[in-house]
Amino acid sequence: MDTFSKRRLIILGIFLGIGAIFIIRLFTLQITSKTYKQFATRNVLRKITVYPARGFIYDRNNNLMVYNKAAYDLMIIPREVKSFDTTELCNIIQLDRIELREAIRKARAYSTYKPSIVVTQISPDIYAPLQEKLYKYPGFFVQYRTLRDYPNKSAAHVLGYVGEVNQKTLEADKYYRPGDYIGVTGLEKAYEQDLRGIKGVQKSMVDVHNRIKGKYNEGKEDTTAVLGNNLITGLDAKLEAYAELLMTNKRGAVVAIEPKTGEIILMVSAPSYDPNLMVGRQRSKNYVVLDRDSINKPMMNRAIIGRYPPGSTFKLANALIGLEEHAITPLDRFSCSGKGSKPISCTHSHVSPLAVREGIRESCNSFFWNNFRLIMNRKGNTADSFQAWHDYIVSFGFGTKLSPELSSEVKGSVPEVSLYDKWYGAKHWNAYSIRSLAIGQGEIEATPLQMANLCAMIANRGYYIMPHIVRAIQTPNREVQTLDYDKKTINVSPENFAIVIGGMQAVVEETKLQFSVKQDKYIVCGKTGTVQNPHGADHSAFVGFAPKDDPKIAIVVFIENAGFGATYAAPIAGLLMEKYLNDSISPKHKDIEQKLIDTNLLDVKEVKKTL
Amino acid sequence: MVEKQENNVWDNVDWITIGLYLAMMLIGWINIYAAVYNEEHKSIFDMTQRYGKQLMWIGAAIFIAVLMINTDSKFFVTFAFPIYIALIFVLLVVLLVGSEIKGARSWIQLGNFSIQPSEFMKMATSLALARYISSYDFKMHDYKSLLSLAAIIGIPVGLIFLQNDTGSAIVFGIFILVLYREGLNGLVLFFSFLISVVFILTMLFDPLITILILSIAALVINYLLKKKLQRTLIGGATFFGIFGVLWGLNYILGGSVSPIFFILIAAILTSAMFFTWAMVLRKHSLAILIGIYLGSVLFSVSVDYVFDNIMEQHQRDRINELLGIHSDVLGTGYNVNQSKIAIGSGGLFGKGFLQGTQTKFDFVPEQDTDFIFCTVGEEWGFLGSTVVIGLFMALLMRIIFLAERSRSRFSRVYGYSVACIIFFHFAVNIGMTIGLAPVVGIPLPFFSYGGSSLWSFTFLLFIFVRLDASRFEQLSF
Repeated sequence: MDTFSKRRLIILGIFLGIGAIFIIRLFTLQITSKTYKQFATRNVLRKITVYPARGFIYDRNNNLMVYNKAAYDLMIIPREVKSFDTTELCNIIQLDRIELREAIRKARAYSTYKPSIVVTQISPDIYAPLQEKLYKYPGFFVQYRTLRDYPNKSAAHVLGYVGEVNQKTLEADKYYRPGDYIGVTGLEKAYEQDLRGIKGVQKSMVDVHNRIKGKYNEGKEDTTAVLGNNLITGLDAKLEAYAELLMTNKRGAVVAIEPKTGEIILMVSAPSYDPNLMVGRQRSKNYVVLDRDSINKPMMNRAIIGRYPPGSTFKLANALIGLEEHAITPLDRFSCSGKGSKPISCTHSHVSPLAVREGIRESCNSFFWNNFRLIMNRKGNTADSFQAWHDYIVSFGFGTKLSPELSSEVKGSVPEVSLYDKWYGAKHWNAYSIRSLAIGQGEIEATPLQMANLCAMIANRGYYIMPHIVRAIQTPNREVQTLDYDKKTINVSPENFAIVIGGMQAVVEETKLQFSVKQDKYIVCGKTGTVQNPHGADHSAFVGFAPKDDPKIAIVVFIENAGFGATYAAPIAGLLMEKYLNDSISPKHKDIEQKLIDTNLLDVKEVKKTL
Repeated sequence: MVEKQENNVWDNVDWITIGLYLAMMLIGWINIYAAVYNEEHKSIFDMTQRYGKQLMWIGAAIFIAVLMINTDSKFFVTFAFPIYIALIFVLLVVLLVGSEIKGARSWIQLGNFSIQPSEFMKMATSLALARYISSYDFKMHDYKSLLSLAAIIGIPVGLIFLQNDTGSAIVFGIFILVLYREGLNGLVLFFSFLISVVFILTMLFDPLITILILSIAALVINYLLKKKLQRTLIGGATFFGIFGVLWGLNYILGGSVSPIFFILIAAILTSAMFFTWAMVLRKHSLAILIGIYLGSVLFSVSVDYVFDNIMEQHQRDRINELLGIHSDVLGTGYNVNQSKIAIGSGGLFGKGFLQGTQTKFDFVPEQDTDFIFCTVGEEWGFLGSTVVIGLFMALLMRIIFLAERSRSRFSRVYGYSVACIIFFHFAVNIGMTIGLAPVVGIPLPFFSYGGSSLWSFTFLLFIFVRLDASRFEQLSF
């Protein structure tokens, strides 16, 4: 033992002294004092998510296409719920008692202390009485939400809709909480990050009577919601609605592009639906109805996922390639024996022999067979010539996705050399084997958007801007950020475009289209197509643009099972261009307009030859 | 026979200490589970949750404990200094490349893990102190020895301060108790105590009041010491006379001189008068009293200056909060207030396991680390809290007992270091949750969530368990 051994007692004394002080202090805190217990019961924290209003969507003329309306979600925190008058609550929120019980059961299964939604999207007129009575229902509270509203009731496919976030997204992205809304299709999906804004959180202290008693921690942990960005699109809301009117009771798609900018002016897929159906408490019911309609497939955007053989409209592309490759000259004439032509018969009798301008005008299959045959001989062997042709076609935008905004867009298809090598064996095929391609049939498939883009490229005489819907993004403080899109230049000389455009002008001015599509004030160029369809009646197609010298709109109209392109597709395109360029329909076309609206082509077995 | 003893170290380990250690770790884990519990992650082995990770760390800690017990005790003696120097080096590295967590640049990032070397520095410093004090030629009050001791403790403190980890740095202050046990003059302890009292008075009121209290105390002690009422009254009259006259003059002349200057002048003049008496009458005790008095007065004034002009706002806030100067419930005192509410709402028996409401809604921040005692208080009530305090007391007394029965000075010094470090953490951490100590963010040993803390305390304790197990061997030089 050393001399300082007794000091251990002092040290032990300090240790035990502090221990004793703590026990005394705990005794006063936990047993003597009542204040802290009262504090604790008052101290109930509620996190309220502040949902920012989703961004608006404007059309090219600053008209609102999508905006928000108010709605309220009734929320529940199960562990705070005391017994309450279910009948009264059910009456207020207009909900069945069984449904309410089920909702509470689900909420409890999810979490007893995290808020869950009991009833979504309560309208403002139900909300008012509910708010007054809410104090009677501890554990319930209301969360403000916004819902989408579509004043024009149109453009459902392009705009897309907003729905509750699914489990997969919840796991992948921590931003979302169950019950949050997210863009599911269309622009709502493509621009989700811009439109959604940033959620805010308000932490409040609430008392036992479910009343907010003030901010938690002086609001230091609150975050404010940031409004979503607005989208400014190149769409024309009025034209979109008009196109949908013309497409009533028809199956097909219409796409129009402003050639100079690549902005999509309208995109219609028919049959369509009112986008307001996909909003609110009835959304899931409506969705099921729309989704199960396997005949009309209203949820499908045919403009970007419809894979159609382009038919005669594709002859424009072949004419450009023939001229550019010097397979033909503008003066080369080929003879046609009408329906008796070999190897591809022509649909009708016309002047013969004929050069490229008349070939386009008459959509002469013989002419384009010869053109295609010569293209396939350019490089010495078919495979190399075909590869050259293939590269032109791809440079025109076929076989590629054009717009990243439209996530469901399909590529269509352009056949490869390898495909024919597989089918026929290498070097065992030639122009004759693949002759359908000469007239846009066979292995080629394109979407209406790709056809519209071809037309825009011709209108621009050699380039196109990647087609897109959104022109600019506007932040909540009104700063506008214009988006840039790639320009693709085509390796075809402007003279050759001029020749093809001459032919397109002849189509409108020298055939029967002069009665329905031709305009007095400006020159319209176009090309009809009648697409053979193994599943039923032919599809009716038309591509065109106007005015000829300063193109402002390039359009494609594709109508399923409607027969000749000249019959339905062309006049609809003509009316849309007229509406867009003149802002009104001239009296002489009113007649056709009404007939087109009234025509029902949904159950066509036999194609009527005349309107 | 000797060989057999060495091989069977497990026969000699102190199972009471080990039992206490395991009990505290288990109770700690249960409370971490309750603190971070939520209904979505119920499995106790869920490694994404903190209780899952803590379970992993407990496993590793037990491994460390076994490893320490199986290490030759001579290793710790021989390598005391190398371990110390190596950790000093690591602290330097942390200063250069460490990552910052909650304002303190004291973490080393190793993949997904962060380790806080300052936690292990306590163990290394204890080893170095034990090694140094147990050396042959050590004399406590030797000038060179004191300097060496100051260096051994001061270097890590300085480095940890530079890491901005004040909490970990002040822990080293507790080594003064170890030195006291080894023969440091009791006056050092007394003055440490006096300094804290003056400090708290200065913070609580201001230097003016503090000096008044000190002066009155000095006069009372003077009277009690010498029983000379007349001299005491003269002293008091002189002091208050000078102070009153100067203050009055300042008031009449409309000056703006702080009254602290006047009371300082009064204190110095009165002291000079007493000092003359002391010299003339050869009263040494009086001279010492005057020295202590004047020192305290000057300390009070300088503390005030440091507080207002040198400290940073968050440090001021915490001190203010501790002393209850600004009782801003939702401001600085928020944590402590929430913590007191949680503990206070526990009552006698507590709300029961997983039934704590305060802990569920994240009212108390750092619920599973620094404020883990809240969960104990809320869910297990006064009884549970008392059990936890009792466990700590039992462990501390057991360590002191083991240290005292040791024949080697090395083991004893190390044992006292272990006890004092655990005690300091215990006192500050629990004191903080019940509003008796400042919020300095140091973990509760064996309870708080976190690998670094648990492992470092395991090292600390089990090196001692190992040293104790070889109490029959000769370790000292």
